[in-house]
Amino acid sequence: MSLNELYREVILDHYRAPRHHNHLDSPDGSAQGNNPLCGDEVTIELNLNGDRVSDVAAIGVGCSISQASASMMSEAVFGKTREEIDELVRKFKVMMAIEESAEEVVDPDRPGSALGDLEALQGVRKFPVRIKCADLPWITLEQALESAE
Amino acid sequence: MTDLAHIRSDFPILQEEMNGHPLIYLDSAATSQKPTAVIDAISGFYQKTNANVHRGAYTLSDTATDLYEEARARVAGFINADRREVAFNRGTTSALNQVAYGWGLNNLEPGDKVLLSLMEHHANIVPWQLVSRHTGAELIYAPYTDSYALDVDALESLLDENVKVVSITAMSNVLGTINPIRHIADAAHRAGALMVVDAAQAVPHMTVDVKQMDADFLAFSGHKMLGPTGIGVLYGKLDLLEAMEPAEGGGEMISDVQLDSSTWAEVPHKFEAGTPPIAEAIGLGAAVEYLEKLGMEAVRSHEIDLTAYALDRLGAIQDLTIYGPTDVETRGGAVAFTLADIHPHDIATILDQQGIAIRAGHHCARPLARSLKAPATARASFYVYNIRSDVDALVDGLEKAREIFGVA
Repeated sequence: MSLNELYREVILDHYRAPRHHNHLDSPDGSAQGNNPLCGDEVTIELNLNGDRVSDVAAIGVGCSISQASASMMSEAVFGKTREEIDELVRKFKVMMAIEESAEEVVDPDRPGSALGDLEALQGVRKFPVRIKCADLPWITLEQALESAE
Repeated sequence: MTDLAHIRSDFPILQEEMNGHPLIYLDSAATSQKPTAVIDAISGFYQKTNANVHRGAYTLSDTATDLYEEARARVAGFINADRREVAFNRGTTSALNQVAYGWGLNNLEPGDKVLLSLMEHHANIVPWQLVSRHTGAELIYAPYTDSYALDVDALESLLDENVKVVSITAMSNVLGTINPIRHIADAAHRAGALMVVDAAQAVPHMTVDVKQMDADFLAFSGHKMLGPTGIGVLYGKLDLLEAMEPAEGGGEMISDVQLDSSTWAEVPHKFEAGTPPIAEAIGLGAAVEYLEKLGMEAVRSHEIDLTAYALDRLGAIQDLTIYGPTDVETRGGAVAFTLADIHPHDIATILDQQGIAIRAGHHCARPLARSLKAPATARASFYVYNIRSDVDALVDGLEKAREIFGVA
């Protein structure tokens, strides 16, 4: 297991300079997620234009993995439809081995290859105790989307 | 300095590897490792003398009862208590819940106050919160000073006649701070309050004498002092234990049971409902015997030496902040720190890959973490089996963390 696989440059970049890191004025949906065992916290806020996420905020405190995951996720969902986001969430969970996949996985060595920047998080899979860190923003995103309905 | 390096071979787990490196265990404030003497006592009990206690009309049960009660006597002697003043339970959490529910629930009223400190573990906060919901008592908190000592002056100014319980840790599991319990107990008693002591971190690491402390109740756990999990101790002054209601009912703790009421067994059995953790109590007895052989003065002096070395070496790392007293005479061997902008979980993962086990997070003390403005810290903690080279490995590991995170 290589620490360099876990702490890729892009992860450290998102940790230190998180994107979409300002609260929205009056979000259509929001949710707070936290991991009571380790204290990581993430707040996701979003605005919808019809079915499409027109704006998003991901704000939190926690480890590099949770906060980079939130930041990368916010970039990935910006401008996407609910359906596209569902697909993204599914691909993410398959990459992280949180959900089993019956089909696809284009390249077994790179299960996240369809996810762009987010692929950088696939190193986390080899550190089972940290998967929950990477997953926290995604669980919170689903709750924020539900609250907007 | 007392060199305890020779005892490392008593701890089989120290021969193990973690992630391809020799295990360097720096998380004894969470749970300690176990010497062969303790492991053998537990397995020996199951192999040769296992039976339920205080029940059987046969020799094996009598032997098990003797071993269980011998363990109680040994533990009582270790803290200078009478054996009737030592009730076994699951651990510190269980013991503090017994005081909160057994004494607090029956004696606290609206307008009463329970005085805690900002450096308490959740186990010494949440039971009082639960009981205050029923009693209407208010919880108040004494702060700590800029140098991470309990602010005793502030504590005393909070101690008015409405305070009925003062419940304070003898040694902080995060800051390492050793609190002046006797001084606080005297102040509590002058104000007419009970003194409850969370001694989970103190009993394993220093001489604890309940009479010298003048503690009314005192709680600690077996697993942090070389013993097994699932066993803990509630000490209480005899008259207080005799007057206190049990928090749990069931078998073994009764004298007689009628259809709508019961009478209780003598102390301490009235606080030991159900089949107790027998093997665990015997294991704890073996742990106490082991510690007595080392001598608690030697344990303390070993840890003072190691902590001084750790504070020295960690303090030399750039951008590293230590949260706790700098004077080793006033602190134990739990050293909480942060390093630059590297999150403690990331520090823990990087150290883990080098075989080094530390704790990261809020250490079950979120009010303290919030007040420190450090929602998470990394914590290295030492015990009898740690040596200076463990500290060296920690320092090397932290340099690696700086490198990975590109901290100049």
